[in-house]
Amino acid sequence: MSLHLSASLGTWLAAALTLCIFSFLYKDNPLYKFAEHLFVGVSAGYYIVLNFWTVIWPNLIVPLGKAAQGLGVDPEHKGPFAAELGDYRAWLVIPGVLGVLLFARLLGRIGWVSRWPLAVIIGVYAGIKTTGFAQGDLVAQVQASLQPILGRTPWETVNAVLFTIGLIASLLFFFFSREHRGALGVASKIGAYFLMIGFGAGYGYTVMSRISLLIGRFQFLLENWLGLR
Amino acid sequence: MKRELPLLTTALIGLFMILSFFVPHEWVSVPADFLQATAIILVAFGYVLGGANVLRVNLDAVSKRAPGWPYKVLLVVALLVTVIIGVLDGIPREGGFLNAGTRSKWIYDQVYSPMAATLFALLAFFIASAAFRAFRIRTAEAAFLAIAALIVMLGRVPIGDRMTAWLPHAFQLGTMQQWIMDFPQNAAKRAILIGAALGVMATGLRVILGVERSYLSGEE
Amino acid sequence: MQWLERLDRRWIFVVMGLLVLGPLIKPLYLPLSVTEHVRAFAAAIDRVPNGSTVLMSCDYDPSAIPEMVPMTRTAMRQLLSKDCKIVITVLWNAGPGLVDSVTHETAREFPGKRYGVDWINLGYKSGNEAVMVLMGQGIANAFPRDYSGGDTRSYPIMHRVRDYSSFPLLVNISAGYPGTKEWVQQVQARFHLPMVAGVTAVSAPEFYPYLQSGQLQGLLGGMAGAAEYEKARGEKGTATRGMDAQSLGHVFVALCIILGNVVRRTRPAGGTA
Repeated sequence: MSLHLSASLGTWLAAALTLCIFSFLYKDNPLYKFAEHLFVGVSAGYYIVLNFWTVIWPNLIVPLGKAAQGLGVDPEHKGPFAAELGDYRAWLVIPGVLGVLLFARLLGRIGWVSRWPLAVIIGVYAGIKTTGFAQGDLVAQVQASLQPILGRTPWETVNAVLFTIGLIASLLFFFFSREHRGALGVASKIGAYFLMIGFGAGYGYTVMSRISLLIGRFQFLLENWLGLR
Repeated sequence: MKRELPLLTTALIGLFMILSFFVPHEWVSVPADFLQATAIILVAFGYVLGGANVLRVNLDAVSKRAPGWPYKVLLVVALLVTVIIGVLDGIPREGGFLNAGTRSKWIYDQVYSPMAATLFALLAFFIASAAFRAFRIRTAEAAFLAIAALIVMLGRVPIGDRMTAWLPHAFQLGTMQQWIMDFPQNAAKRAILIGAALGVMATGLRVILGVERSYLSGEE
Repeated sequence: MQWLERLDRRWIFVVMGLLVLGPLIKPLYLPLSVTEHVRAFAAAIDRVPNGSTVLMSCDYDPSAIPEMVPMTRTAMRQLLSKDCKIVITVLWNAGPGLVDSVTHETAREFPGKRYGVDWINLGYKSGNEAVMVLMGQGIANAFPRDYSGGDTRSYPIMHRVRDYSSFPLLVNISAGYPGTKEWVQQVQARFHLPMVAGVTAVSAPEFYPYLQSGQLQGLLGGMAGAAEYEKARGEKGTATRGMDAQSLGHVFVALCIILGNVVRRTRPAGGTA
């Protein structure tokens, strides 16, 4: 194994910033604070310019500019308000104005004006999420749970029975309209054990995820920066 | 009207979006499509607002010489430099400010990306330290959690199979781990999924019907 | 044993760091076996007719590089080797630059494949679920410009792409929200587009119900899933190289849990917490 240090200034900068962040493991220090504030500043600036160039420019300003000339996606249709599916031309003034009104939040006295665009956002997402959870999670998952208990082998049958007991018991654990006593108490206790197994599995996978991230940074330092081959 | 109009807007739009799920007719699908396009643009404005707010808060801290204000100067300078370079890079490229070779891409690759990755990599150390100091097995439930965690942690990686290769296949860590994930864990997660779906549907309807109004926080 | 209770946590950090660093410098070559759900992921892509256009949504950012990038590379290689065309989208703010670098690097391994003809990166769009539903009425409506700023509709690959009905499969590589869950709820459930997913380990357990219900046809979970996928495809990428370190890291955390409890249980009676 030999060392081939990177000749790229960018890689050296990236490695230095990586080590600055890692220095927090010893204790909080000026190097870490420097890197942390640099990161927050660059992130905030990046988010501003990204959303301008990837959404506001192509989805709002460019179509409005074309609409002002009576043009849109389909050259056959002429007119600033000749909208059709996916091509809203001058009607995009509405989201444009609402978007600008969002900034009223920064101006104390007329901050209430920002509730109008917020109301549109909340309405759209409340509607989308309600139907998404209903179809994708509730209906599909309940449908998938209605499986035959008897499998092709005894082991499949045992697993199917265990799964069904676990599902019903875990659901009953979250039923708080009655006190957990008697049969409901026993069922919710069994449900608690299944939930704990679920959380334990989740913890195991979380450990894997976090260690993977550390492996990734070490791979960068060893392979990209130090060129250890 | 400062509260009633937004509540009415939310209700009408929310109900319309639910209707659009069931009705494919263009009288419903085209306005719904327009509302989704509107939401995307408004969310983008929201991100710009968030960035502007970071600038405002930190400029305020610098002007008042709040503790740590020199670092806030660095933050403000970094923010403004990133925005200016991003705008200048995007103008000649019709918005492709992150194309290969631009200064913005260099900042993203050599400044933003390594720090974002490293901040999360710190968690590996803390998870080990927390496992030693805070993971206490005092009840039967905690024991179930710990046993499942240990089997899954060791069974998911090659060393788990190596450690138990001498056992029958059904008792090897990899097999046990897979069984836990496919059956008891799956049952629990499905119950949580169904419960959460009911909760989200209830909350969505509460928001649409105006019962839940916390998003209108602020003065009258 | 009681000195362990007073151990400075920085010693735990040092041991963790060394155990992860060691195998990266001196590999142990522990054998890896491919699990059923990873095989199903590869098989689902294999079933896609050669030459089809596939939608690939890469919803992650630099904080998930070690888990997500190997999956993206291997999936893209599998698709390009079947002469499939790939339409790529990104729904995470901090992801587009990373995804573009990864996809360009991978595409360079196939000299005959051209940007805009065989694959395209439509870049980022804010809006999460709203983007997913909007794409259902027209992909180019949601993404009028691609990552590089070009007119989406002008690229040859997009001439045959209208909406989700143009794709036989969605390959979603995702690190959280918005991601696999939202694609299942808004696209798989509503538009019935078959999908497979590669996710971070932290979120993998919550997608097992979707596997069992058939809403997902295959699942890669974390770096282990990425490494198994590389093995299934005959590759040896960064995920495979990291599995030895992953193994030792897991053993150490398991020991920390056991040792921490043993130390507390063997504490002399009347000792402080």
